This record gives sequence, C-alpha cells and structure tokens, in this order.
Amino acid sequence: MSLYLRFKQWRDRAKENWNEGQVKRSIFRVGIPNTDRKRVLVVLGNVFLHLHPTKVRSSSVRLRFTWCAGGLSFFLFLVLTLTGVLLMFYYRPTVENAYTDMKDMANVVPFGIMREMHRWGAHAMVIMVMLHMFRVFMTGSYKPPREFNWVIGVILLVLTFLLSFTGYLLPWDQLAIWAITVGSNMAKATPVAGVAGPFSEFLRIGGVPLIHPGDDARFILIGAKELGGITLNRFYVLHCVGIPLAAATLMAMHFWRIRKDGGISGPL
Amino acid sequence: MLDTIKHLIDILATPWLSFTLTIVLCFVALRLRWVWTKWFLALVLLGVTAFLWIGFNDPYAGLILKKADNAPIVIMLYTFPLFLWIAMIQAVQNDKRMEEGGAPEEKSLSDQKTWVWPDLVYIEFIAVILCTVALVVWSLTVPAPLERPANPGNTPNPSKAPWYFLGLQEMLVYFDPWYAGVVLPCIIILGLCAIPYVDVNVKAQGYFSFKERRLAIGTFFFGFYVLWIFLIITGTILRGPGWNFFGPFEEWTPHKVVALNNVNLSEFVWIKLFYNKLYAATGIEWFGQGLPDVQSKLPWEDLGNFGRCLKREFPGLVALGFYYLVLPGLLAKTRCRKLYQQLGWARYSVVILLFLTMFTMPLKMYLRWIVNLKYFVATPWINF
Repeated sequence: MSLYLRFKQWRDRAKENWNEGQVKRSIFRVGIPNTDRKRVLVVLGNVFLHLHPTKVRSSSVRLRFTWCAGGLSFFLFLVLTLTGVLLMFYYRPTVENAYTDMKDMANVVPFGIMREMHRWGAHAMVIMVMLHMFRVFMTGSYKPPREFNWVIGVILLVLTFLLSFTGYLLPWDQLAIWAITVGSNMAKATPVAGVAGPFSEFLRIGGVPLIHPGDDARFILIGAKELGGITLNRFYVLHCVGIPLAAATLMAMHFWRIRKDGGISGPL
Repeated sequence: MLDTIKHLIDILATPWLSFTLTIVLCFVALRLRWVWTKWFLALVLLGVTAFLWIGFNDPYAGLILKKADNAPIVIMLYTFPLFLWIAMIQAVQNDKRMEEGGAPEEKSLSDQKTWVWPDLVYIEFIAVILCTVALVVWSLTVPAPLERPANPGNTPNPSKAPWYFLGLQEMLVYFDPWYAGVVLPCIIILGLCAIPYVDVNVKAQGYFSFKERRLAIGTFFFGFYVLWIFLIITGTILRGPGWNFFGPFEEWTPHKVVALNNVNLSEFVWIKLFYNKLYAATGIEWFGQGLPDVQSKLPWEDLGNFGRCLKREFPGLVALGFYYLVLPGLLAKTRCRKLYQQLGWARYSVVILLFLTMFTMPLKMYLRWIVNLKYFVATPWINF
C-alpha cells in the first residue's frame, strides 16, 4: 500500500473516531443542528445560547426593528471587560505610576491598542445604549408588561455613564482630572448635603457647621477635599469592580425579564 | 464663497438661533411625510459630510473636530439623524398602512416564528464581527488621547466634562449648579423611569408608529434630541474659553469679552416697573421704595430680614407658584382636558410636573436671551 493511501486510511479512521467518540459527544451534545429537534436542543443546552428562546417572532429578528443596539451594547460591555482586564495587568492606580503606565501601554507593550479598544469601545457603548433606549421608546416596547424592564434599563444607562465617568480619571492627565473636577464640583452644590449647596448652612450645631468640605457630598464622591491619589484609587475600584458588578447583575435581570415578559416586543 | 458659507454657519450656530431652529425643524419634520424619504436622508448626511469636510480643513474648526475625544460627537452627527430616519420611515409607513385599514408591517410577521438557530444566531454573529472590525480599525487609526500629566495648578480654559455630561454643563449657563447639576439630573432619571407608568396608551407597542403616539413621541423628541443631543453638540463644538459662545469656524480667543448684565426678576419688578414706571407716573410712595434690603443671615436669626426677602422676591415666588400650582389645574380644565380625563389625577400630576420642569429649561434659556433674566427667585440661601 502506498504511503498516501495509508495516510488517507488513518485520517478517515481518526475522523470517524472523533465523530463517534466520547470526547466530541461530551462537548457537543447535539451535533450539527440540521433538524428542528436539534435546533431546539442546541439552544437549550448551551449556556450562552440559552439566553434566547428557541424561536422568536419573525418581526423582531429583523435588523431594521432592533438595530442590534441592545445586543451590541452587551457585546461592547464584554469587549470592555476583556480589554479592561488586560489593561489591569499594566496599570497601577497611583499618582506616581498612572500616567507613565499609560505611556508604556502605548509605546512598550506589544500590540498596544488595548487602551484604544477600551476607550473607543466605551464611547461606542454609551452611544449604543442611547440608541437602544431610543429604539425601545420608538417601538413602544416599554409598555406593559415590560414597564419594570424599562426602569432597569434606565438604571443601566446611568451605570454606563458612571462607568465611563470613573474611567475618565484613570489616565491621570490634564483631560482626566479637569473633566472629573468639573463633574465632581457639581456634587458640592447638592442641596443640604453639599458645602456650596442650598440649605447646607442651615445644618449647624452651636455655630459649628455640620456640612463642611471634609464630609459633604463631594468628599464622599472623591474621598478627599481635593482630587488626588485617594480619588484615583476610589474611582479605580468603582470602575473595575463596583459598578461592573452592579451593571452585570442588572444586565442579568434585564435579559431574564425580556424572556419572562414575552421576548422582544411585537404587536399585541 | 467658502468664507461666506463658514460665516453663515457661524451665525446660524448662535445659541438662540440654532436652538430655535432645532426645535422648529424637529417638529416640522415630524409632520411632513416627504422628509422621511431616502433622498432627504442622503441630503442630510451629505450636508453633515460637507460640514465635516469644511471643518476638518478649517484651522479653528479642525482643532475641535479632530480632537480624538470628540470622535463620538462626529459619529453622533451621522448616527442620530440616520437612526431617527430609520425609526421614522417605518413609523410613517406603518401609519399609512393603518390609515388604509391595514395592520403595521410587524403585525403580519409577528405571528410567524423564526428559529433562533440559525437565523438569529447568525445575525448576532455577523453584527459582532462587524462591530469588532469597526472597533479594531478605529483603534488602529486613532490613538487614544493622552494630554500632559495631571497638574492641579494649571486649569485649562475651557474645562469640559466628558461629552455625555456636556448637556448638563451647558445648563450651568442658565441655572445654578444645585439645579442643573444635581436636582435636574435626578428628575430626568426619575422622569425616564416614570414613562411606562404614565403612558396609558398601551396598544401601540411592538411596532414603529407616530400618529397613535404624537404626544409621547413629541415629548421624547424634545427631551432626547433638543435638550440632550443638541446641547451635547453645542457644549462640544460651540463653547470655548470662559464657556463663551464661538461659532464652529471662529477662533477660540480667551480675550472675548461678553458683558454680564443679567438682571433678576425682582429688579425688573421693583426697579424697572415700580420705581421707573409706576412711581414716576403715580407718585405713590410704596412704589418708590426700590429693592428691599436683604442681608445674608439664616432666616430664624432675623425674621425681619426673612420677611424683607420674601417681599423682595414676591414676583418670582408668585410666578413659580402660578407655574407649578395653578397652571396644572388651569391646563386640566382647558387645553389638556382630554389628557386629564385619560390619565386621571395622579398620573396627570406626575406628567404635568415633569413636563413643566422640562420646560423650565427652554423658558429660562429664552428669557436669558431676550431680557437677560438671571434668576426668577434669588435669596441668600437658594437661587432659581
């Protein structure tokens, strides 16, 4: 037998072994979904696909109806999580290191576009979430029984802004600290709880003010009287752990409710 | 020729003019069917492209438009008209179908079901691939911005918040920070959450439509496109040093001097109306007393001072009282009678309060532009 034929024989046997064997069956339970039964099973049996029902309204799978805006918002969140984790390998949230780590990420780290992917992805996510809200409004998809899911969506919109806002400080350049200064100065003006806000001067015991720069709303936000290392650390933790956890939890609720409220909306 | 166009755009961009034009165009466009055609969309996108092309080649506009972190604004100039059109053209088509006695396009499809595998899964797959490609290309071509290291001693002029908060920063021109930066955002969030609970038109859902939801869509348009997107674009492109207005093709010079001669409502009434007009005409002593003198003390420290403050600010207090307490009732009896009957008193109160709060913004903006109004109510403790 020629060498070629023996190779072919071996290849066919290997293929057969793989197709019939224990390994493949343990990973892909269903096989190629070429029958309706298998189409159901593949969606039900896969942890990622089972977010979907097995069948959806024909009106709501069309691109012109959903614009894929919600799905892409979620996808961008995943991209941001992945690139964010990669950035965390190189970035140290201290006043001494933050800026130089940024420079290193652009100039020293191989394939140095992770920061670009993260930053542009973040802007894209904000735009995408806004478009998603606009689409949901224009199709009246917030109406009963989906009222509460709209509310969750509004909170997710706010969390998206906060994620972007806390991330804005981390490069520790002029753009970062002054944008956050403008933003956090607003907290100073919180009625009652902010030192420059209305009525905070009313809160005093024996002439001693209860609300002062060391305990007002801005202090709680930035962790100090002025923007500094503490603020950087605080925003870093919020950006990488606190808000993503909250957002992920609410996203799980959001997706679950879509299914429980009857899927992507369609005419009644 | 090009300079004339640039000059014209600079003039059109003047805040009061561009704001008015945006409102008028938005609401006229909603009513005109021929706006929602492919030709018109192409024209708008071509106009945006032309503006960007002129802008990128202009020494001053180029500085703003080419700034890396303003890329989202450039993207928004395309995406928001585009998706507005995509939504509206389907709404117009569905409205036409329903006028002719048919059902919306989505209705005929919604009874059928599509397999998630392969149909939806592949749509998602392709969308994700395209999104990734776009993001990678964007990342390869435009470096992420990194300015000089943070220096708390060197304040840039202008200092701007991240772009999605620029609408709120723009409101700081017209309101104090406690309102524009804290109370108003909270009301906006609560108002958005309230939408599904106050919209009693539960039928028009799951398809694009306009005629059945005129009030809802009109209000949302005003809030979303005029008060949010438009103000973000204004804050990014048209605000320069000192947060002064600059046309897109004007040089950002820090030496631009804008006279601040804003006047409170109380001064209008006590001085310009009572003293200058009524006292001069009638000679009655009471009209001639001028502005009551108010010290910055806590109300309970000096009750007389507090009384004088109330007296000085009575025009604003009466106006606000009328605006928030009397006007909702009046509207329920007259123009909004049908709305009141549909919603019931509880929903109506929520809707009208949110509505009036939203309208404090354009109201204050126009009063500032027309009569230089500073505050409706100005006390040592709180200004509005």
